[in-house]
Amino acid sequence: MRAAKTTLKHIRRSPYQSAAAVFIMMLTFLSITAFAFIVFGSSAVINFFESKPQVTAFFKDTVSQQNIDSLRSQINQTGMIASTKYVSKDQALQIYKEQNKKDPLLLDLVTADILPASLEISTVKIEDLGPVSQLLQKSPYVSEVVYQKDIVSTLARWTNAIRIVGISLIVILTVVSIFIMMTVIGFKVSQKRDEIEIMRLLSATNWYIRWPFMLEGIFYGTIGTIIGWIIATGGLLYFSPYLQTFLQGIPVFPISPLFLVGLLVGELVLAVFLGILASSLAVLRYLK
Amino acid sequence: MIRFENVTKQYPTGNTALDDVTFTIDRGEFVFVVGPSGSGKTTLFRLLIRDAVPTSGNILIGDWDLVTLPKNKIHKLRKNIGMVFQDLKLLRDRTIYENIMFPLEVGDMDTQEARMQVETIIERVGITEHKDKFPIQLSGGELQRAAIARALAFSPEILLADEPTGNLDNATSWEIIKLLQDINESGTTIVMATHNADIVNSLRNRTLILEKGKLTKDQHSKHKKTEHAEHKEKL
Repeated sequence: MRAAKTTLKHIRRSPYQSAAAVFIMMLTFLSITAFAFIVFGSSAVINFFESKPQVTAFFKDTVSQQNIDSLRSQINQTGMIASTKYVSKDQALQIYKEQNKKDPLLLDLVTADILPASLEISTVKIEDLGPVSQLLQKSPYVSEVVYQKDIVSTLARWTNAIRIVGISLIVILTVVSIFIMMTVIGFKVSQKRDEIEIMRLLSATNWYIRWPFMLEGIFYGTIGTIIGWIIATGGLLYFSPYLQTFLQGIPVFPISPLFLVGLLVGELVLAVFLGILASSLAVLRYLK
Repeated sequence: MIRFENVTKQYPTGNTALDDVTFTIDRGEFVFVVGPSGSGKTTLFRLLIRDAVPTSGNILIGDWDLVTLPKNKIHKLRKNIGMVFQDLKLLRDRTIYENIMFPLEVGDMDTQEARMQVETIIERVGITEHKDKFPIQLSGGELQRAAIARALAFSPEILLADEPTGNLDNATSWEIIKLLQDINESGTTIVMATHNADIVNSLRNRTLILEKGKLTKDQHSKHKKTEHAEHKEKL
């Protein structure tokens, strides 16, 4: 209780330094929250593509069911396959009919005989699409292999780039915020050098001296995090309608409130850790 | 109560502040430590509150061995030794009441109990009317009383006073000495560093004389009750 009162006094007596510390923590956690949304969104987009049949192998008309089953079991054994779905000539016709039901002329001209049977394959990882597709192309039973190579590989590249840039940005901002908090708290500790010396001579333990500064670090971290999270979440909710239009068909929205709360809790834990770390480092040299 | 055994303190600069000093002080004594500036008086006090450790030798206070005392026990030792610093070390942004309360807060004493203790001490040292003032508003003698009051906060067994009359006029110096004598009469062991030959000669208490870090003389008490009474009358 006394430590909390002392902390509030420290903050009140140097409001601009405190505001600077809160601001930098807010920037850090705004970036972390925004990055978390991007990672969450891009993961949802990739999951969407991953859950779709990504490689379709069309079989030659002469291929027997036994050969198809043999190929299916061969690619399943590669360990790269999430799922396979066989589409027979009749099923292909059904799909064709469903897709072209508004155009009776197209329906009349097509029979099951001219549509090839196919195998729709999902891989565990996007990177496995290439090897699986090559494997299928080598098969004598397959006439054609189709997969959205460019879309998926571009998406994977972008996702990786976003992750690298995001993580770098967060690391830089985290280090900067630790240094700024250390400077702010270190300056206050230095201002109170005489008082700390007197406290020590009057039987204060190191923890008695350290606590108010630690609480100060925790305060900056916590307030900065909450503000950063509110801005990022508010922005996301504001732009949701536009994003929903852009990502039509991809199930990203609505974002679960549980995810948002979980993110805030995780960030608060990180903020408390950063606050304690920065203030401990700032106080350390005065308590040796 | 206090035992110095062949204590030497050398600072990293090479300066030897104390050189092979040996003495003992019994419970309830009032001892002067006398010597010119730089003779090692302040170092002796710093060693007694474990603000410094000797380069060699042993220091014992009651059951405490100050040389081997772990860092996490120092605060307990300091609750048993009150110290009046040469530069007082009063916190300028706190009132006299808050300054005296401060060590009790630090020591985590119950607030109600601490308040009662502070009131008692303030009355005892005679600064009741100044308790809500800040240090800058007080005279030298009043500040000295406030520093003594703070040193008494934990009712210590030992009170160390580093030149408490250094910056005071003669009359005020004697008031402070009388206060210290009263404290001593209640059973507290007092070790006081001073330059004031008048006080030392008049009281004739036991006197340790330091010169260039060496204990050159341990002059035992030749206290005469009549002279003591004479001084009291003078006050």
